[in-house]
Amino acid sequence: MKTLGDVKVGESSTIVKLHGEGALRRHLMDLGLIKGTSFKVVKVAPLGDPVEINVRGYELSIRKEEAAVVEVQ
Amino acid sequence: MADSQIHVALAGNPNCGKTTLFNLITGANGYVGNWPGVTVEKKEAKLLSDKNVTITDLPGIYSLSPYSPEEQCSRDYLMSGESDVVVQVVDATNLERNLYLALQVIETGLPVVVALNMADLVEKNGDKIDTDKLSKKLGCPVMMISALKNKGIKELFEQVKKSAASKGQVPEHKFDSSIEDVLDHIENNLPASVPANKRRYYAVKLFERDADACKLINLTKEKAARVEQLVAQCEQDCDDDAGSIITGERYGVIAHIIDECLTKAPAKMSTSEKIDRVVTNRILGLPIFVVIMFCVYYIAVSTLGGTVTDFTNDQLFGTDGWYVLGQGRDAYDAAVEAAGDNADSVDPAQYGPYVPGITTVVHDALVAGGTEDGGLVDSLVCDGIVGGLGAIFGFVPQMFLLFVMLSFLEDCGYMARVAFIMDRVFRRFGLSGKSFIPMLVSSGCGVPGVMATKTIENEKDRRMTVMTTTFIPCGAKLPIIALLMGSIIGDSSTTAAWISPLFYFLGVFAVIASGLMLKKTKLFAGRPTPFVMELPAYHFPAIRSWALHVWERCWAFIKKAGTIIFASTVVVWFLSNFGSYNGSFGFLPAMDGISEEFMDYSVLAMLGNLVAWIFAPLGFSTWQATALTVSGLVAKENVVATAGSLLSVADAGETDPSLWTAFAGMFPTMGACVAFGAFNLLCAPCFAAMGTIRNQMDSGKWTAIALGYECAFAWVIGLFINQFYNLLVLGQFGFWTVVAIVLLVAMLFQIFRPMPKHAWTDEDETNTASAAVSA
Repeated sequence: MKTLGDVKVGESSTIVKLHGEGALRRHLMDLGLIKGTSFKVVKVAPLGDPVEINVRGYELSIRKEEAAVVEVQ
Repeated sequence: MADSQIHVALAGNPNCGKTTLFNLITGANGYVGNWPGVTVEKKEAKLLSDKNVTITDLPGIYSLSPYSPEEQCSRDYLMSGESDVVVQVVDATNLERNLYLALQVIETGLPVVVALNMADLVEKNGDKIDTDKLSKKLGCPVMMISALKNKGIKELFEQVKKSAASKGQVPEHKFDSSIEDVLDHIENNLPASVPANKRRYYAVKLFERDADACKLINLTKEKAARVEQLVAQCEQDCDDDAGSIITGERYGVIAHIIDECLTKAPAKMSTSEKIDRVVTNRILGLPIFVVIMFCVYYIAVSTLGGTVTDFTNDQLFGTDGWYVLGQGRDAYDAAVEAAGDNADSVDPAQYGPYVPGITTVVHDALVAGGTEDGGLVDSLVCDGIVGGLGAIFGFVPQMFLLFVMLSFLEDCGYMARVAFIMDRVFRRFGLSGKSFIPMLVSSGCGVPGVMATKTIENEKDRRMTVMTTTFIPCGAKLPIIALLMGSIIGDSSTTAAWISPLFYFLGVFAVIASGLMLKKTKLFAGRPTPFVMELPAYHFPAIRSWALHVWERCWAFIKKAGTIIFASTVVVWFLSNFGSYNGSFGFLPAMDGISEEFMDYSVLAMLGNLVAWIFAPLGFSTWQATALTVSGLVAKENVVATAGSLLSVADAGETDPSLWTAFAGMFPTMGACVAFGAFNLLCAPCFAAMGTIRNQMDSGKWTAIALGYECAFAWVIGLFINQFYNLLVLGQFGFWTVVAIVLLVAMLFQIFRPMPKHAWTDEDETNTASAAVSA
């Protein structure tokens, strides 16, 4: 399974499914990370984590650990 | 409630300009930061232009789903029926995500007015929003405003008053027809008592299986089963869970609306992106951050702030006095030099427009008014009150400059990037990137520092930050450091420049070690908490909010200084000047036959002797050192002044060599002296900060844990320093050496051992397991 954390900087992809459960999953959904949403990984922090993605016209910072619940194409 | 009274709720995403609008329309001193999640509680105030209108500022949220306290609080308030109308503030530069919450608020059936904020930025970007069409699509009025530029506000509130009189609307937006069918069926199963404008809201909530939202709806068992069957069938058809289906539908509706209502100018790289390219650059990010922080502290503490603080301490409040614009200073200095030993006889007023220090003025006024020179009242007012307050207000300029710069960085959006850059580091210590702001602010004053933890949503992270943030040396601890340096090295000006950072490192080390140790304890057990944060676009902060922000922080300090520290200086003065001598209790300096060292007989000495045994293993068991520590617990600002009076080096500051010698004489070894410093820098902060910790923790138990931990940690570090100094430098070995070694091993074990398995609760284990299964 390829996840959001695997997408390289500068690349775009589309969300296939949101795994996980509870508050984190709900929060990601509310922020617009749902099936079919396309996003772009803008950059990675100087120490390698977290990553910054551009989704639905805004910038979001997400740790790779949490990005692992987002399955992408 | 009178008919003319209108209650307006302000709702919106974090960072959409809601609090800026609230401050503008109510004149309130709400706090605004370019930092998602600044308003945690709801705030209420009257509209400036019409006192019949009450505005409630709800916390910034992304959704009405009940997964965070903020969302819960907002939803409960909206559904309670307390507000007549909702102003849904929308960041017009980010319609897509902001409309997601707007749709949910509209679904509540309350009268809603959508305020498209940041209209000025939309225009600047060259985008166009068709508000008429948007209004039709959403089924509620839509107004363009700019809270920052104060545009469209009057029109907005005219509309708000009109809408408040209405009964609310039935939401216009429609989901996919297959979903709508199911929602229709659910609506038909709702009791007839649910009013028309609320039926849709409850239908959607029942669909989402949001039990909490539906607790007011009494469905018969039969109907509840019917609804569940409908939802389950729909989930099967869509191959998705109910929550995702609704979220997907909402974003689908939004995509449709945006297609029709928003004309975007051709995309070009925004200023924000250009700045971010450099500032959060993989290679340059960290160095830039270090340089910015260095500049902030260099300006606030070393150069500008330091000069002003010295002026306040020595000349304005002290006995030196000052010359207006420095005129006559040179001539006076020359005269003093020429006079040599008779320097005291040189009258400074002869050489220019001289203004005497406040202590001198007050002292002279008191003596002129018939008060005994050096007597009870003179001593209380000049030494106790003016001296004490002067020491505190001296920090205000430094702190002001520090907060001006830090607040700017926060309000413009840079601090959110700092959290992004530093998160990796802080997560290792059981903290998050957001813990960084409180730590920076604490380097000025722990009170606003602890207050700044309110932006950390997660409870565990917040508690851990509150517990560790006061380890960072605050402004009031700097004179203690200078005094120590003087005593150890005999010079505070040159060497202190590199030695004092060592104490900052000690503070940083304390934070790191504590984080590493505490996160493995039962108290902070569990998986690291998620860190999903919006990075807001950079903008130049509104001067008003920026000023308010600085004011709020400085005020927290001044209030502390004016109340607690003021009272405590009087108490410390009393404790050290009163006592029993020759069988009678009273004001010691006025007693017959008492020596210069009258404080040996004071109440403070008695208290000091009582608890001195605690510090014996740390090497400082004299009552003076203990008394200093006690006065430090009241306020760190007291320590140097108390040392001056205890050691009978009156009016001495931390840069006075005579005080250094006397201070060093208090300790048997240099190790004990450093141990004393370390203990005082790390132990529980002053009374005011302790009170703030109590407020933030909102729990007596957690306050006790925090303060107890800080003191214990400080004691252990002090023990290490003293015992290892004795062992390694003096070659002494004893019982406490063994204790120190055992404690050191235990501490290293706790720091370096892997995260214990049991620290994860069962719930987390099942979550992980199910996540693994679903993967």
